[in-house]
Amino acid sequence: MISGNLEKRHKIARAFRVLCATVTWASIAVLAVLLAHVSFEGFRWLDLGFLTSFPSRFPEQAGIKSALMGTLWLISFTALFSVPVGVAAAIYLEEYAEDSRVSRFIEVNIANLAGVPSIVYGILGLVIFVRFFALGRSVVAGSLTMSLLILPVIIITAREAIRAVPGSIRQAAFALGTTRWQVVRAHVLPSALPGIMTGVILALSRAIGETAPLVMIGALTYVAFVPEGPMDAFTALPIQIFNWASRPQQEFHQLAAAAIVVLLTVMLLMNAIAVIIRHRTERTR
Amino acid sequence: MGQGPSHSGAADSLLKKRKFRLKEEAIKTILFLCAILSVVTTISIIVVLGKETFPFFQDVPILDFLFGTEWTPLLVPRSFGVLPLVSGTLLIVVGAALIAIPIGLASGIYLAEYASDRVRSVVKPILEILVGIPTVVYGYFAISFVTPLLRVVFPSTNIFNAASASIVVSIMVLPMVASLCDDAIRAVPSSLRQGAYALGATSFEVTTRVVVPASLSGVVASFVLAISRAIGETMAVTLAAGATPNMTLNPLESIQTMTAYIVQVSLGDTPAGSVEYQTIFAVATLLFVITLSMNVIAHRVLRRFREVYE
Amino acid sequence: MNTDVMPEEVHDAMTFEKPILEAENVTIRYVDQPAVRDVSLSIAANKITAIIGPSGCGKSTLLRAFNRMNDFIPEANMSGHILYLGEDLYSKNTDPVEVRRRIGMVFQKPNPFPKSISRNVSWGPSINGYAGESSERVEKSLRKAALWDEVKDRLNDSATGLSGGQQQRLCIARALAMEPEIILMDEPCSALDPVSTSRIEDLMLELKEHYTIVIVTHNMQQAARVSDYTAFLENGNLIEYGETDQVFTRPAQKRTEEYVTGRFG
Ligand SMILES: Nc1ncnc2c1ncn2[C@@H]1O[C@H](COP(=O)(O)OP(=O)(O)OP(=O)(O)O)[C@@H](O)[C@H]1O
Ligand SMILES: [Mg+2]
Repeated sequence: MISGNLEKRHKIARAFRVLCATVTWASIAVLAVLLAHVSFEGFRWLDLGFLTSFPSRFPEQAGIKSALMGTLWLISFTALFSVPVGVAAAIYLEEYAEDSRVSRFIEVNIANLAGVPSIVYGILGLVIFVRFFALGRSVVAGSLTMSLLILPVIIITAREAIRAVPGSIRQAAFALGTTRWQVVRAHVLPSALPGIMTGVILALSRAIGETAPLVMIGALTYVAFVPEGPMDAFTALPIQIFNWASRPQQEFHQLAAAAIVVLLTVMLLMNAIAVIIRHRTERTR
Repeated sequence: MGQGPSHSGAADSLLKKRKFRLKEEAIKTILFLCAILSVVTTISIIVVLGKETFPFFQDVPILDFLFGTEWTPLLVPRSFGVLPLVSGTLLIVVGAALIAIPIGLASGIYLAEYASDRVRSVVKPILEILVGIPTVVYGYFAISFVTPLLRVVFPSTNIFNAASASIVVSIMVLPMVASLCDDAIRAVPSSLRQGAYALGATSFEVTTRVVVPASLSGVVASFVLAISRAIGETMAVTLAAGATPNMTLNPLESIQTMTAYIVQVSLGDTPAGSVEYQTIFAVATLLFVITLSMNVIAHRVLRRFREVYE
Repeated sequence: MNTDVMPEEVHDAMTFEKPILEAENVTIRYVDQPAVRDVSLSIAANKITAIIGPSGCGKSTLLRAFNRMNDFIPEANMSGHILYLGEDLYSKNTDPVEVRRRIGMVFQKPNPFPKSISRNVSWGPSINGYAGESSERVEKSLRKAALWDEVKDRLNDSATGLSGGQQQRLCIARALAMEPEIILMDEPCSALDPVSTSRIEDLMLELKEHYTIVIVTHNMQQAARVSDYTAFLENGNLIEYGETDQVFTRPAQKRTEEYVTGRFG
């Protein structure tokens, strides 16, 4: 199928290979430069005071206490809402759904929901949770919005984890005269748990960084207090970053950089936990 | 010769043992409700968007909206032609695609075909982490790094400009494209590769003429998903591209995307029910329709790809 | 369909005074393709019945019909009746969970739960609310399955650490712990070495006293050694069913003779 000068063809092959490698490493280098830039910019502001102060008009006094605590509240409630519902949906689709047309429909629907821009979820949250259910701009409203946003991710990864549980285990359990829920609870869920946890952590780490939906539901108001209950107003780390980054002054950009370092550290830690869980289970299998 | 069962008499019948397992049924119902929540979410999105979009189109003819070239909903004289927002979005997306698609594909090829297992086992998780970097962070990269750099190279560059946003959006979707291309290319059975090598092809020929074509639907799907993500991208373009609905092809000028417009209005104090308020729903509907169609296309393409190899 | 060969002559159905299982005109299809065709046979209590036949002839499908394991294969549908002590296993009022409590199963590949050895045995009874000391039940079941001496010091170790033969005996112990009436075994020895195989064969002969065993096997010697009755299936049809001695030494059907003497196909 191919003719011509072999020497030249080998040269092309080598060049192509070098090109692909260069491009890959160059883009990784670009990202490394960007990350180095943000750390460098933010480093000066990163101290205990930054973590324990409220935002302020004066850069020297500004901190991320309310944002950090707000993110903590937000993520805890998001996990509380989305994990049980997402795992339950995955169990239904993998273990219970009999009518394949219905489950196929739900499946396509979930796949499409995963691609809906996050700002649309923000509008949904604003109209449904903030206004219709009159939850206001509270932690609960934010968490519910976030939950809808990450549910598709949780469902999809949990389904994969459940599907990876060998069918022979289910068969063995059923052959003992047990019901489906007994089989799921005692065998399927424990075996799928590491995979589910990994997916949940990755989904939550996505929720930590999501900004647009929170902007939409109005979390961008000035909040210089720590929420004390789920119905309190809140701000969050990415919101604080957006706020600082959209100001013209250089100092605020550096504050944004410092907050980004904190945000990325939190996300990196969560990812590391997910990787460790995955690694552990791969080894014990 | 047959004997009765050795223990437990035949008297206790199997037939009447069918209990209505209340707990089982209740659990099944709860699980089903959780699964159906996704459908409810979709319906809610459609209802929420439609409820404000319909009255909007009673005030503003839909054709004026779709094909008008002036977007000044917040100023008098008002004009509701969405094309400037669409063109702003397109400028970002095309720029991002031009950068991210070739580089992403090349990286995917490198990871799948050339990289050693060790390199791959390091790079792949890094990509997965990079996919998770929040978009607001890319917005910061744009205004604090890329824009100043651009202004050094092209002094005429506006503080807010499409190019900077486009570049960071491309960096943002790049890991996703690379990772998905890698998956698609690795799914090509190695027998196909060996067949081509056995014909005396070089690695370049095998890759470009056999392997990539065989994985084309997966590769294309990754492109479509990346584009769809770039269209829905909000924070980076809000921070970096500006708020000037502007029909221009010059990437160094300030523009406004559909998403950035929605953020701009939601940051202001727009009374619910006013026409300004309704515009964000009209724009969001357009955004939703566009991204939904792209995702449907991507999944169609992907499904074909699965059928080939499974 | 050209594969639709009927047996040359309809065999004389074995009849038992009080069969524990009776299949009546059972046909099982996967989507439209029949895997078991109009099979009628009865299984004698406290005996070992072997089902033999070439690969793909429907042995597993038929066996799984006896405890409704085919319920989990959406493509499978069945017509005809299967009676357990005269009661229809597939009637609308029958609880398949209850069916499987009474009719246990051991699978071709050992499939212990990834849990401790003792939990493997005790899980079924405990989930079904069986009374009595769980550790006693574990010991009794493991003893019956001739595994106790090998594992008594490591009951809390993971079952996946056992050898293949030990795992299979653990699966048998697990089934025994439920005190079923019938144990269905689908090629229980196919993954095992000759020593483990003969241990399991001995075990079956012991278990026969209290249980009814139906075993699918590819191993003619095994069928001849352990079973009291043998059914020969081919292409979904029941070709011959009779006492094992007779099936192996004086088969009524030519196909049976060809198969059991290895001159098959
Ligand atoms: N889940 C299924 N879907 C469709 N067809 C199936 C399915 N399971 C089995 N079959 C078909 O039904 C027929 C009988 O299968 P079965 O597993 O009962 O055979 P078998 O006698 O147990 O064979 P072996 O000795 O190889 O285990 C075969 O032709 C098989 O291809
Ligand atoms: Mg079989």
